[in-house]
Amino acid sequence: MSATPLSYLDSAGARADTILPLTWFTIAVSVIVCVVIAILLWIAVARGTSSHDVDIRRVPVDRSGNGLRWINIGLAISAVPLLVTLVWTMVALAHAAGPPSNPALTIDVTPHQWWWGVRYNGKQPSDIFDTANEIHIPTGVPVLVRLHGADVIHSFWVPKLTGKTDAIPGQINLSWMQATAPGRYSGECTEYCGAQHAHMGLEVVAESPADFEHWRAGQLEAAPAATSASLQHGQQVVEYRCGLCHQVRGTRAGAQSGPDLTHLMSRRTLAAGVLPNNAGTVAAWIQTAQELKPGTLMPDQFLTSQELLDVQAYLETLK
Amino acid sequence: MRAVDFRTPTVGLDSVEHEARLLRLWEGDSGLKGFFGTVDHKRIGIRYIVTAFAFLALGGIEALVMRWQLARPNNTFLTPDQYNQLFSTHGMTMIFLYAGPILSGFSNYVWPLLIGSRDMAFPRMNALSYWVYLAAGIFLYVGFLTGNGPNDGWFNYVPYASRDYNPGLNEDFYALGMVFLGISTTVGAANFVVTAFRTRAPGMSINRLPIMVWGTLTASVANLLVIPAVSLAFLLLWLDRQYGTHFFDTNAGGQPLLWQHLFWIFGHPWVYAIVLPAMGMVSDGLPVFCRRPLVGYSLVALATVATMIFGFGVWVHHMFATGLPTLGLSFFSGASIAIVFPSAVAVFAWLATIWLGRPVITTAFMFFSSMIILFVIGGVSGFMTASVPVDWQLTDTYFVVAHLHYVLIGINVFPVLGATYFWFPKMTGRMLDERLGRWNFWLTFIGFNLAFLPMHLTGLLGMPRRVYTYNSDMGWDTLNLITTIGSFVLALGILLFVVNVLKSLRAGAPATANPWDAPTLEWSVPSPPPPYNFAVIPTVASRHPLWESRLKEDTVVSSLDRGLLLDEGKETVGTTALDAAPDMILEMPEDTVAPLLLAAGLAIVFIGLLLKIWSVVIIGGLITGLAILSWMWPRRELREREATHA
Amino acid sequence: MRDVEVALATPQRLPVGPIGRRGIGLWGVGTLIATEAALFSYLLFCYYYTGATASSGWVLEAHPPLKLAGPNTVILLLSSVFAWIGERGVLDLRRNKALFGFAMAFLLGAVFTLIQFFEWHAKPFQLGTSSYASLYFVTTGFHIAHVLIGLLVLAALFAWTALDYFSPRRRLTVSAGVIYWHFVDIVWLFVFTTYYITPLLGFGT
Repeated sequence: MSATPLSYLDSAGARADTILPLTWFTIAVSVIVCVVIAILLWIAVARGTSSHDVDIRRVPVDRSGNGLRWINIGLAISAVPLLVTLVWTMVALAHAAGPPSNPALTIDVTPHQWWWGVRYNGKQPSDIFDTANEIHIPTGVPVLVRLHGADVIHSFWVPKLTGKTDAIPGQINLSWMQATAPGRYSGECTEYCGAQHAHMGLEVVAESPADFEHWRAGQLEAAPAATSASLQHGQQVVEYRCGLCHQVRGTRAGAQSGPDLTHLMSRRTLAAGVLPNNAGTVAAWIQTAQELKPGTLMPDQFLTSQELLDVQAYLETLK
Repeated sequence: MRAVDFRTPTVGLDSVEHEARLLRLWEGDSGLKGFFGTVDHKRIGIRYIVTAFAFLALGGIEALVMRWQLARPNNTFLTPDQYNQLFSTHGMTMIFLYAGPILSGFSNYVWPLLIGSRDMAFPRMNALSYWVYLAAGIFLYVGFLTGNGPNDGWFNYVPYASRDYNPGLNEDFYALGMVFLGISTTVGAANFVVTAFRTRAPGMSINRLPIMVWGTLTASVANLLVIPAVSLAFLLLWLDRQYGTHFFDTNAGGQPLLWQHLFWIFGHPWVYAIVLPAMGMVSDGLPVFCRRPLVGYSLVALATVATMIFGFGVWVHHMFATGLPTLGLSFFSGASIAIVFPSAVAVFAWLATIWLGRPVITTAFMFFSSMIILFVIGGVSGFMTASVPVDWQLTDTYFVVAHLHYVLIGINVFPVLGATYFWFPKMTGRMLDERLGRWNFWLTFIGFNLAFLPMHLTGLLGMPRRVYTYNSDMGWDTLNLITTIGSFVLALGILLFVVNVLKSLRAGAPATANPWDAPTLEWSVPSPPPPYNFAVIPTVASRHPLWESRLKEDTVVSSLDRGLLLDEGKETVGTTALDAAPDMILEMPEDTVAPLLLAAGLAIVFIGLLLKIWSVVIIGGLITGLAILSWMWPRRELREREATHA
Repeated sequence: MRDVEVALATPQRLPVGPIGRRGIGLWGVGTLIATEAALFSYLLFCYYYTGATASSGWVLEAHPPLKLAGPNTVILLLSSVFAWIGERGVLDLRRNKALFGFAMAFLLGAVFTLIQFFEWHAKPFQLGTSSYASLYFVTTGFHIAHVLIGLLVLAALFAWTALDYFSPRRRLTVSAGVIYWHFVDIVWLFVFTTYYITPLLGFGT
């Protein structure tokens, strides 16, 4: 990952690529304008005398020079970059607005306070699966993202791939992206959405079509059966406790108000980017979510140490 | 006896007896009665200024606390909830309780003096708008100090502001407080509009108005038309929260985007309302120190109005990411780019004025002239966000935070500080210390740019706004630390300003009537001005009544020491809207506590609504009603009714 | 030395205080009406915007009954006529005519309010039924609030006329109050058209 994962001064996909040159152009125009004006202002002011050295009332007053020429020439020069920007904006807008008419893949993304629900569509119900906070896409093809509003307004943003689109209750907004090369691209919620707006990251994993299909096939599978007594105990606790909000496909945990856990351990981070994802952090998250992400809708669990060990072991099998 | 219906006003020279007579008429009550009942625009203006600066200080302290939290990654100095209330309250304070009212304060104080009048058109409404502002400000801050401050940003999007997601009183305080504050702004705006059109000195035709008057007039017309949008939005929000309506609730046919439309239909013109008068201060102030009239007066005046007209049609550029149709986006994008033109007119006019003049560098001049570059920086970053595709990346990152601070601090705070150095002698009779002033300026200027110039880069590197903390692997650590250091330097600069004001109030060098040798009417009266402002009402023959003898541009000159005496009552002259020909003699009201009473009644109503105690609402309503009745009761001395019964 | 002429305004015979409709108070009323008109525009904008973006069937009554609202509109317009008669009475120095005008305007305004309450009662939905219902009640509620304020103004004009405060010259208060009342009536036409006529034209149904 780059040193500045959310920077939009470089891009890695068709939609962001269209915008980037225009961004640089406007930055260049802006910097030039500021520098020129600053120099003109400096020269103009430097001609002045300090009030410490002169009594202002003794400085004569008159109306000299043709000032209107300044305004006329200034406006004429300003018109050029403005016009270029206007035209370029319309062209870039037409290219970037999309969405592509034949997306290779359609993903339904539903942001919640404070995590991302992700659903992959398929031709048959058996092709559909849910995941969270991590979106896998194949490289080289356009992917359509349908944004659904669930609670409050959030905004979907993966700067290296695509600009922002809000998810608003009552309407479905469309965004799209197309990654050029495999890689992990960070995203963030960018519409203020409450206590943990700061911790609502997502990650887009672009991989070769073959890798993507492999991943997809894995995600479609249900959770593996628990093979030992402690795993079975772990599964039981997961079903009765976690199952109130979470889903683990293939078990009795079937609620959908929290992230889908069926392949929890296949994801790189936990809690929408708050923690790296491993057995240790999972245990910490289960017991002290409120400390790690104050205000999260995930309550602290107060499992006994035995329960925690078994749950931890069971969750580790959800790859 | 029948009161006189018509009179030919006496024209004459000022005299000691005449001034004594005027003083008796205009002096107003002394003591507490005078304090609570005054309708003198100068006292009200200073109250506005002091109160607004107090809110600036509060908002500044909130900013420093936030910057402390953001100085390093994963800081735990503040909880998320504390941070969220702080950034929302900071925005509310600076935008609604400082930036607007400070300009109202200056306009209140300076306007009648600038246009040769003895007071505003409606002095009692002036008092009302101040008292309501104060009461609404306290109301909002009671919420904040009891842990019920706004917590959804200053633009307060639904559904997060709705009760389902925000069950506390936070949003009720904010919603009702904003409706309350809207009354003050509306009343003030109405007063400015009528004052500008009807109470100018004879001869001050519309093309001789100082640019600051153009700015405030434009802003006031806009306020009249757009304040109802935001007041309505907040009222509907409150109803949704407390009375089960569904304006913004998608489950029952409501529309969350309705909030955004109503808010930004108000919000964007409001941004111009809090910069145009300040730009006017620069347009009027710079020429004084450049020793030449402003270049392109007519173009600058037209540009002021044009900016606002464009400003009505660009609100959607705050909503580029909400999924609106591309065609609509194109239109609003184009309008937002086009609005650069009128702004550019002002910039080149100022530059030319300095370039072609003989600049005398004072602290006021430094604030005014440095504002030009800050204005340009805030302008070009605004121009970048006007381009829809670029904005899809820029919006809701720190780039926008940098942009809006260049606009608000650069185009509002800097001119206001300059204006304080400029008009302080007029207001107090004492000069501000110029040596401290230089320190004040440089610390403010360097601190501000240190804090906010690198912030553009923070935004380009992707830091979202409104996050209470951030991880250290994002590349933002150093930039945030620099911004925090800059913000404390800026605060030090403002602190020096306060020190300078306090010191100079006691021991500043005495000011003459016209210490800067400035050209406009306020400098023709003593510093500070007497309660009646002008002993004789001047007749104006140019835009620069006090420079005519040197500019020698016309054979007709203004008459400053000879004019309408108007000393038979508390009177000033009403003139026609465009030409400013004398039209009538205006009877001005005496001091009265009715405005204070009315504001108090309204405050009680809003407290009752907040607590949902109807008996309190009714009591407040009755007080309000009685205050209005006593206010509106036709008065003989104001010639609102016949002196005797038939 | 150059020859200069001093511009000095030497007006003849100026009115002292407001005479007739000439006075800055009327400008004050103008600004009030401008801002109030803006307020109602935004209320109606809420209706059209929400309706245009909502799914069909948003308007709860495709054929809003005009049995009460129709005649009520006529009543309100009539009251405006009487307010005008009242103002004429002051101008013609006929106090009884003025009092009659203001009394009738007040009475018809009160009747309008009463009928509006019946109208609300007869609606098959309540404030909290849907966004349409909320908008209907809040918009008409805003209007009734303005009517009630207008009634207080008319009552004050009646009382002050009875006290013989006004003459054709000193009567700006009368004109201002009557203009406000006309405004309240005109606004109703827009509210009425929006809520009672546009559904008939197919908006939001």
